[in-house]
Amino acid sequence: MKNHTIFFKNKIYIEDTATIVGPKEHEGPVGKYFDKNIEDDLLGQKSHEKAETKLHISTIKYLLNKTHRKPHEIDLCLSGDLLDEISGANFTMREFDIPFMGLYNACATFGEALIAASCFLDTDNFSRVICSTSSHFSTAERQYRYPLELGNQRTPLAQWTATGVGATMLNNVSGKVIIDCATIGRVVDYGLTDANDMGAAMAPAARETLLAHLEGTGRSPDYYDLILTGDLGEAGHRLLILLMEEKGVKLGSNYCDCGILLFNRMAQDVGQGGSGAACSSTVFNGYVYKKLLSGELNKVLLIPTGALVSKTSSLQGESIPGIAHAVSFKRV
Amino acid sequence: MNEPNKEYIELVKKKMPKSKHLLTMFRAFWVGGLICCIGQGITDLYKHFFSELPEEEIATLTTITLICITVILTGFGIYDKIGAYAGAGSIVPITGFANSVASPAIEHKREGVVLGLCANIFTVAGPVIVFGISSSIAVGIIVLIFKGAFI
Repeated sequence: MKNHTIFFKNKIYIEDTATIVGPKEHEGPVGKYFDKNIEDDLLGQKSHEKAETKLHISTIKYLLNKTHRKPHEIDLCLSGDLLDEISGANFTMREFDIPFMGLYNACATFGEALIAASCFLDTDNFSRVICSTSSHFSTAERQYRYPLELGNQRTPLAQWTATGVGATMLNNVSGKVIIDCATIGRVVDYGLTDANDMGAAMAPAARETLLAHLEGTGRSPDYYDLILTGDLGEAGHRLLILLMEEKGVKLGSNYCDCGILLFNRMAQDVGQGGSGAACSSTVFNGYVYKKLLSGELNKVLLIPTGALVSKTSSLQGESIPGIAHAVSFKRV
Repeated sequence: MNEPNKEYIELVKKKMPKSKHLLTMFRAFWVGGLICCIGQGITDLYKHFFSELPEEEIATLTTITLICITVILTGFGIYDKIGAYAGAGSIVPITGFANSVASPAIEHKREGVVLGLCANIFTVAGPVIVFGISSSIAVGIIVLIFKGAFI
């Protein structure tokens, strides 16, 4: 392993993907690329936590239906979300007869899941793995910030947690898109303490991972048709461009951020853009995967970013550690 | 390995977008002023209809009315939109306090009445109540000691 970068010996294919998003995400610029959308983000449930779980269950069921797979054909499900004890994923997997491992890397969980799944598939002991992450605006607001009905103002650096679920089914036999290599990120903390400014807290981690990836693979940013960070938002995305310039790497027009793609920042009043564990998973499984299938994109680097913050740690004056994992996709 | 990076913290301070102070102050000013005008209007109405009531009771009635209106607006999901626009303009008046008690109550009702609603109802307003009570005790003690000086 060079610079934390793994090249997979087997071909790790994407069999199919599934996405279900909330109403606001559906109205966004990439809304038409998502498989399904919901009208009411409570889904007729008693709480938003239950609604998030239901959404997650529906997405995995939809993915199984779409691929005509039975649960016994799936060797493992790697899932996560932002709730305490990743309870959304735990309750989701209560409904399936599929082995389950829960993951948490905040909003970078999707990247973590893809890398772990690819490594498992690379061993030949596994033949089919599902990676999924969910997040819900209302559950995240409540856990990390204030009650929904509280009349307070969002800071200009705040981001909007995406409501939705993205799931990917990976195998090592056939598909149109492969994961050829991936870089595992390390925790980077430059000492920022503003829990409202996640973009700035995660940008150094994204830089670290991207630099390690470029060095480990010997590629330049131009190699990719699209480099996508997870949820740095507009300001964090600009910050990363600056940070990369400091190291002499220029990110051009092929660099964007899932949080920027997911919402129309001006019209939808989302602050710096989308965030959350579902931000990168829905944008990738919806928009990017369909563009890869159609051939509009051939090589994509996805770098889900996560701010490893907890409400307790930030109240105790701890700074915000960031993490980012990079996964490289190629059309075959 | 992960020491605070002063240069980066400076860069973030310089490059990240900041609040538009003039705009937010203007919004807070006009909405806050409007809420106070509504309060005054209610007081005047009460004075007109219940002219026999003393001034203090009319003030209490006005407060109760404003709190009642806010709680209803909070329940219907309107007050948080006003707050998102006005900021301090809708937080500082008594209506903001009512909203900060009603909103966690609504939010935590799902965890049950006792351990959900009752245990969390003051999560936002709690500090205000603690400081309010503490300062009133402090002032009370001062008054008790220097009683003679005030009469």
